[in-house]
Amino acid sequence: MRRMLYSPKVAPYIFVLPFVLTLAIFWVSPLIKSFIMSTQDIIPGSVTNVGLANFERLIGDRLFYVALGNSMKYMIFTLFLLIPIPLLLAVLINSKLGSDRIKAVFKSVMFIPALTSVVVAGIVFRLIFSESPTALMNQIVGAFGIEPVKWLKNSETGFMALLTVASWRWTGVNILYFLAGLQAIPNDYYEAADLDGANAWQKFWHVTVPQIKPTLVFVVTISVYGGLAMFLESFMLWGGNNSPQNIGLTIVGYLYRQGIEKNDLGYASAVGVVLLIIVLAINIPQLIATGTFKKEER
Amino acid sequence: MKLKKFATAALAAGMATLALTACNTATPDAETTAEGSMITQEAVEGATELELWTFVELHAQFYTEMAEIWNEENPDKKVQIAVNVLPYDDMHNKLQIALTSGQGAPDISDIEAGKFPQFTQGTPALMDLTEAAAPYRDDIVEARLDLFSKDDALYGLDFHVGATVAFYNTELLEAAGIDYTTIKTWDDYQEAGAEYFEKTGKYLGTVDTSAAWQEGLLLAQLGGEYFTEDGKVNVNSPEMIEALTILKGLQDANAAAVPPGGQPDTEEAFGAYNNGDFAAAVMPFWFTSRYLAYMPDFAEKIAIAPPPTVENPVNISVGGGGTGTAVMKDGENAELAAEFIAWAKLGTEGNISTWELLGFDPLNTEVWADQEITHNPENKFVKYFQNNPFEPLLEIQDSIGHLESFTNGSMPSVNNLLNTQTLNDIFENDVPIEDALNQAQSDLQNELGE
Repeated sequence: MRRMLYSPKVAPYIFVLPFVLTLAIFWVSPLIKSFIMSTQDIIPGSVTNVGLANFERLIGDRLFYVALGNSMKYMIFTLFLLIPIPLLLAVLINSKLGSDRIKAVFKSVMFIPALTSVVVAGIVFRLIFSESPTALMNQIVGAFGIEPVKWLKNSETGFMALLTVASWRWTGVNILYFLAGLQAIPNDYYEAADLDGANAWQKFWHVTVPQIKPTLVFVVTISVYGGLAMFLESFMLWGGNNSPQNIGLTIVGYLYRQGIEKNDLGYASAVGVVLLIIVLAINIPQLIATGTFKKEER
Repeated sequence: MKLKKFATAALAAGMATLALTACNTATPDAETTAEGSMITQEAVEGATELELWTFVELHAQFYTEMAEIWNEENPDKKVQIAVNVLPYDDMHNKLQIALTSGQGAPDISDIEAGKFPQFTQGTPALMDLTEAAAPYRDDIVEARLDLFSKDDALYGLDFHVGATVAFYNTELLEAAGIDYTTIKTWDDYQEAGAEYFEKTGKYLGTVDTSAAWQEGLLLAQLGGEYFTEDGKVNVNSPEMIEALTILKGLQDANAAAVPPGGQPDTEEAFGAYNNGDFAAAVMPFWFTSRYLAYMPDFAEKIAIAPPPTVENPVNISVGGGGTGTAVMKDGENAELAAEFIAWAKLGTEGNISTWELLGFDPLNTEVWADQEITHNPENKFVKYFQNNPFEPLLEIQDSIGHLESFTNGSMPSVNNLLNTQTLNDIFENDVPIEDALNQAQSDLQNELGE
């Protein structure tokens, strides 16, 4: 035992064993199970193999495309909102502008939404965007003489509400990612740039951005996945999984509806498999293009 | 340099896990502790403990009170009920997961009628209650047992008939010079509504986008169904088109509008009713309990009447909604649980309590005719409503229909699509009725793989 622990060949494997086991038990085995279940028709007490029938159903299922479209749209919009804005804010916080104490408060305040329960936040946002004339948003637009809006019943306004929740919730988290990246950039680079006479924009574009590329890649990767796998925000904003005209239906929402609400786990697994394929189809080319898989240069 | 990069990545990854676990763990806790609640009967010596799940807090009170009476009558097989009250969606989803995984299910559970068919798919995990129900069966409205039956096995016992009736706010209507007793047909209803709107600028009735109570009623009156005889989806049938044409007519004549919340039985709609924005509701009988709980100011102002009908209706009314109480067959005390539930829900005492405590129209129609019970001046429902609630019920007693569709395993899908998509299309976005229904038909055929 002792010899094994001290052996440079075996010890590393023992150290990574807990992680490998967790991965195998909680990730890989459900993944394989999902693939198997996606080819089955599962009703309590009987499981039949149906081959690719679930996928054929999926191809003809209009609501699945609605869900797919919503998730895609959400993912793209969150990429546009939740990468540039937090990056800018992080650069501001990291700069020499303003007092450190105020910036520390700002940083914590921005992070609070990530710590609150989405359940509570969802209810608050639902009330803010309620259709009654006394709801906050309707009072705000009312001040400009606009009639009360049924925010959560129209596709555009409902989507706006969803993006508001997302921005509110994730801006702070992304700021922290970027801050961590920014603080790892050695000051020497900026000093060298100053000596060369670079202006603020040039420093940002030629020093900051290349240096935080690993962080950027990481944030984009999880944002793509997070956007496509979004469920809870929509579930909470509409007080359930069934928004009017399915304007808030996402892929995972559809998976939940079929698997849990309608007890069709085979079909739901097929939805899950398709989601996995889509996420990989976006993330892998993106990671290859940004050079993540290349060996690190020395 | 390399070390720094590594540190950055590690930090970022660390924070990511932190953020993810924070949001993952926070959610279920908040739900179960904030919204669920446990109601346990006082400790009974030598009793068998039975766990029960429900989504209506009032039901919990009913079960614990019934358990006390049962224990007095059956000292040799006492029960102690622990009721877990959970939100509607949560409860059904949790039960589904517990039954699928074979772990953590209660002994007894309430299952709402709209969700019931999916629990009887395949080999149901629910116990056949035919035997337990046998002693009471003769006096019970059979259609309400059929609703929870499949292949000659009875899986759930209901609380009520849920006959759809009309509720009118007589104070508001009288102020506008409208006499609700003259409203017999949907045409009358539309005319009265238009007149009411002209005089007050407010609406008489509702057209709903998140529930299909009125569609169910109209289908029963027109003799239609959501499915063909061999169980295939048929939501663009002539009856369905006619039903929605009638409702759309109400909306076009300003006799009805979409209420906040999309249907009367929502918190938002109770607010609108309390504001006097709507003067009538065509809802199942159990809506009585909502008046008492959420609209106390209208005491003695609400009258109950038979629902508006089409010309020569097949049935005047229909049973709407319902809650089947089911016993899990793998439960340790399934036999005792079944005996208790059958007694509580079908026996005379239970049926009287159902009315007195919950304000439902009980399954045992003997109770309907018992003046001592129905006209008890101390009863809070008798006190609240302007006329005696059983008057309209007795009037339509022989014409309360039942849709076969409600027992079809695909009914949850139909409900889901109507209440999210189709009714919104028709009443909010003015999509032509036939187009919306054809779309629904093809969506459902695809989804169900027909």
